[in-house]
Amino acid sequence: MTVLEVRDLYKGFGGVQAVAGISFGVAEGELLAMIGPNGAGKSTCFNMLNGQLRPDGGSVHLNGRDITGLPPRDVSRLGVGRTFQITATFGSMTVAENVQTTLIAHHRGLRGLWRPAAALHRDAAMALLERVGMAEQADRACGVLAYGDLKRVELAVALANDPMLLLMDEPTAGMAPGERVELMALTAEITRERNIAVLFTEHDMDVVFTHADRVIVLNRGKLIAEGTPEDVRANRRVRELYLGESAEAG
Amino acid sequence: MTGQIVVQFLTGLASAASLFLIAAGLSIIFGVTRIVNFAHGSLYMLGAFIAYSLTQRLAAGTAYGFWISVLLAAFVVALIGVVIEILMLRRIYRAPELFQLLATFGVVLVVQDAALWIWGPVDLMGPRAPGLDSAVDILGQRLPEYDIALIVISPVVLGLLWLLFHRTRWGILVRAATQDREMVGALGRNQAWLFTSVFFVGAFLAGLGGAIQLPKGGADLLIDLNVIAAAFVVVVVGGMGSITGAFLAAILIGELQAFAVLVLPESTLVIMFLAMAVVLVVRPWGLLGRPMGEHAPGQAAEPLLRPATPRARLAWAALIGLLLVLPLIAEDFTLTLTIEIVILALFAASLHFIMGPGGMVSFGHAAYFGLGAYGAALLATTLNTPMELALLAAPVVAGLGALVFGWFCVRLSGVYLAMLTLAFAQIAWSVVFQWYEFTGGEDGLLGIRRTPWADDRIVFYYLVLAACGVAIYAMRRMIFAPFGYAVRAGRDSRLRADAIGIDCRRFDWMAFLVAGAMAGIAGGLYVYSKGSVFPDEMSIPRSVDGLVMVLLGGVQTLSGPIFGAAGFTWLQDEISRLEYWRFILGGTIIGLVLAFPQGLGGIWRQIEALIRRRRATGIEAGR
Amino acid sequence: MTTRRVFLAAAAAVLAASVFGAAARAEETIRIGEINSYTRLPAFTQPYRNGWELAVEEINTAGGVLGRKIEVISRDDNGKPTDAVKIAEELVSRDGVVMLAGTFFSHIGLAVADFAQQKEVMFVAAEPLSDALTWAKGNRYTFRLRPNTTMQAAMLAEEAAKLPARRWATIAPNYKYGQDAVAAFKAELLKRNPDVEFVAEQWPPLFKIDAGAEAQALANADPEAIYNVTFGGDLAKFVREGKLRGLFEGREVVSLLSGEPEYLDALKDEAPAGWIVTGYPWYAIDTPEHRVFVNAYRAKFNDYPRLGSVVGYNTFKAIAAIIAKAGSTDTDKMIAAAEGITVESPTGPFIFRAIDHQATMGAYVGRTALKDGKGIMVDWFYADGADYMPSEEEIRQMRPSN
Repeated sequence: MTVLEVRDLYKGFGGVQAVAGISFGVAEGELLAMIGPNGAGKSTCFNMLNGQLRPDGGSVHLNGRDITGLPPRDVSRLGVGRTFQITATFGSMTVAENVQTTLIAHHRGLRGLWRPAAALHRDAAMALLERVGMAEQADRACGVLAYGDLKRVELAVALANDPMLLLMDEPTAGMAPGERVELMALTAEITRERNIAVLFTEHDMDVVFTHADRVIVLNRGKLIAEGTPEDVRANRRVRELYLGESAEAG
Repeated sequence: MTGQIVVQFLTGLASAASLFLIAAGLSIIFGVTRIVNFAHGSLYMLGAFIAYSLTQRLAAGTAYGFWISVLLAAFVVALIGVVIEILMLRRIYRAPELFQLLATFGVVLVVQDAALWIWGPVDLMGPRAPGLDSAVDILGQRLPEYDIALIVISPVVLGLLWLLFHRTRWGILVRAATQDREMVGALGRNQAWLFTSVFFVGAFLAGLGGAIQLPKGGADLLIDLNVIAAAFVVVVVGGMGSITGAFLAAILIGELQAFAVLVLPESTLVIMFLAMAVVLVVRPWGLLGRPMGEHAPGQAAEPLLRPATPRARLAWAALIGLLLVLPLIAEDFTLTLTIEIVILALFAASLHFIMGPGGMVSFGHAAYFGLGAYGAALLATTLNTPMELALLAAPVVAGLGALVFGWFCVRLSGVYLAMLTLAFAQIAWSVVFQWYEFTGGEDGLLGIRRTPWADDRIVFYYLVLAACGVAIYAMRRMIFAPFGYAVRAGRDSRLRADAIGIDCRRFDWMAFLVAGAMAGIAGGLYVYSKGSVFPDEMSIPRSVDGLVMVLLGGVQTLSGPIFGAAGFTWLQDEISRLEYWRFILGGTIIGLVLAFPQGLGGIWRQIEALIRRRRATGIEAGR
Repeated sequence: MTTRRVFLAAAAAVLAASVFGAAARAEETIRIGEINSYTRLPAFTQPYRNGWELAVEEINTAGGVLGRKIEVISRDDNGKPTDAVKIAEELVSRDGVVMLAGTFFSHIGLAVADFAQQKEVMFVAAEPLSDALTWAKGNRYTFRLRPNTTMQAAMLAEEAAKLPARRWATIAPNYKYGQDAVAAFKAELLKRNPDVEFVAEQWPPLFKIDAGAEAQALANADPEAIYNVTFGGDLAKFVREGKLRGLFEGREVVSLLSGEPEYLDALKDEAPAGWIVTGYPWYAIDTPEHRVFVNAYRAKFNDYPRLGSVVGYNTFKAIAAIIAKAGSTDTDKMIAAAEGITVESPTGPFIFRAIDHQATMGAYVGRTALKDGKGIMVDWFYADGADYMPSEEEIRQMRPSN
């Protein structure tokens, strides 16, 4: 079943068409990679899906519901989890509290004024941290974690609101090559077992071709290729586009 | 009639000149270093005094003597700025945000007494500028020649600054640093040099502003605080870091004031702040400002906020126990002083509530203290409301104020938010100050007596202790409850908070409401402890006192504001018997800032860290 | 309460030495608590301090009062009424003063007066001018030395009424004192000359005057005469801008307090000539008692007296006289003694009236002139405060009975 349905999305910035009519979908349990050179419109497209940008035209549907132009917090409440290219966590909280805060938000419990938050959803948070391999560091401050560990925390946070769709912007950026594969393997494992749809952008072609079920390729705001990793790898236009990178991709 | 309007317009332009100079300096310093320099008004004042002294000595009465004195004074002030930067600010760039503000406040106090000591208490009437000491006829009206000089000077300075920023390597570096914080961090060792030179230029402009207004104003000991608020308004209206913005804003404010005098003479107290509030509501980053990251380079990340350890709980229990038995062992006045400290601790804690967990700096928190105070006092004086009811009404009145003002404020961030809180506080203050029939104006409201059962000092002491204790404890609970986590989430990472479905603005607004209501409780109690209330309770100095308490105590610890309030109030009471007490207070603040960049509340943490390090090295040595 | 006493006794035992020391000192001297805005307005309060220091020195050299020396504990109120009230409390409860004195700003005077009433302590206000202090908000414990705003405005209005000017404009600092001073002058002038009209009112913020714009705005209204209440730095800026812009040419100016050396001397050779002012021509008052005062002041401080010096001096001479007459430092006895007492002073004798506790100390009214590059007062006369007070009936209506 299709979780995310993007139809004919447009966005321009002062005469430059950053995204010029893009359509695609992501199905349950599917990992879809969005690739393309710098300036292809990936970030713009991404930010229209998560609500940070309002499209000029087209529509975004989540599970059949029109979410076009909704602000990020509403998109999130409808079941979209996110990770960022540069990790964004709450530095004054512990790892566990980061997840707990998300869980409290998910259960609409943020207005509580009296009961200590540290006691709320602790077990669920620990279970999630266990799943991403961060349980041992649960009570450390997020501000002092290694970057790879922060990425795992972000993954746990993104999973905490029980999403049907995960939007991951460059999930492995800034990580050592070994760590990248490990993180994406973990992501793939979890999302498949929970039947979550994943859309991610990525520069590392190893990651893309190892983990993606399907790949879409953007250039100059348009979708130029779509298909399995093998199809895309074989695509002539993609090869032209990635001429310099084809060795790495192959 | 046309002539009158034209001359009024030109007069406004002239008074915009020194405003532009001081604001430009302030703006440049903020743009690059992100330091909110409270001492900028003091540099302006020093410019005026030094220029005065120089004009009396250097070829007095000649035109070149005058202008050389003006430039030399600006240069001397620039050197003073450099000294302040090197000896003090450079050591604390990595301290928590706004901690530098506390240090510059210390400088304000020190400079005030130093100027009193050097130049004496009498207002110094500035010399007339030789060659420009008469008036010219414009459309039948007379305009002083010196006004024309001022009208010419500010665009010339703007032009020179433009060349400096666009035609020199240094200027390009400064502009880049203003726009891109990452770049500053990447400068490495050159960062120190850049910051020092920026302080030189900023202080030079402040000194120049003070010096060129001599023929119109003179030098006195009040101009530092009189000018600093106006300078901040101009900088914020223009957009922080934008020199052209400061220029436009100075003209806007200068003209507004010139014509307000003509059209609505009673509005002179508030017109500037009204203008700023309107501009900020419409343009959250000022006229020509742009959104920018608020965090200074290399700033320490927010530390973990933890509930009290068992040892800390024990310390709290001991403190509370001591407070409970205090009436048995202390003399009357100690009790009076403690009542004040406890009330101000609640005030400081309420400010900390939005500043710490909320990350919203308020320069106008006294508004809510004052609204609570006036709410209670007016109920008591006009409706004969009993004390119990008036005390309950205080947080409601203050909370309503916070609800209205907060709605606008949470739409901004950083210094802009701080300045909007200041604008609202000034507006509230001017209403109280000018509405004699209702609020008693400057004379305040007097004769507010406690209910008989609480008339006894000791009974009232326990009442204050209970009310403030419960209020502070409630805020503590909120900080560790989901509400506090939501507020803190918005401060730590807007992006992430948004992504997990938190409506940050709404939570900021509610935090504002809580902080306002709590400050209102403090204000209500304050009225009944004093028996009177005055507009001072909502004025800028009261807000600054709150800021100093919070920063002195340490914004990153929850106990900080309490110790800050106690330390500051006690110290002030102790030393205010001495003649140069401001010098001592300022010096103490600077000393504390340099010794304990985490604030008083952070001292313990620092000691613990030291012990841990000792132990660690001890173990190593043992091996 | 009993337990508390026990604890107090214990504490006293622990601190025996210091407590005894304090008690012993208290036996020797009569302590007076003095509060003023020393850091906020040093230019005006320092001459005042010199004045009372001279008075206290003279009193103590002559053997003190009731055989005891006067000891003054002087504190700075930072220009804030709440600080003043706190300090008053500390002076009374910790330092054991028998009486409070001082203050400059009206609102601070009122705050301390309210405190005095609440704590039943006597308070002799030195400088504040607000009418309310002895009238609308007067109380049993509060006395005031200087002629108040209405009295001084009436002195000026009397002179202003003799002028041919019909169109008047006013400029005053934008706070209660300025408002009162304008209202009182208007009322007094209209009483004498019902056909005058007021064509403009300017309200610059205190010590933040935008002098050019204000002067220009006054000129635009084209009045025949101007009534000024600004003082200090505001006055200096106003005078300079007004002169440059020709505001004072062909216009009479009546100006409150501007003849006081504190304000006039700061103007140096730019002092305006021909203004009708209240002030203090110390250089020309040729009475024996004033000569003695000026000589003693110059000998002690190597400076000439300002009006504040006289106010400080008179305040403490009055306090000594009150205590001597009361024969005690009991508050009720001192109040009884103070009501109607006549005090000799360098500026002539004055009475603290029993009906409103207002002293009849007057002011000097004259015209300004320039002499040797300095402003002075000429053609002056001493206006006795007693001649400018409302009737006893009016005062009874204004003053709350207590």
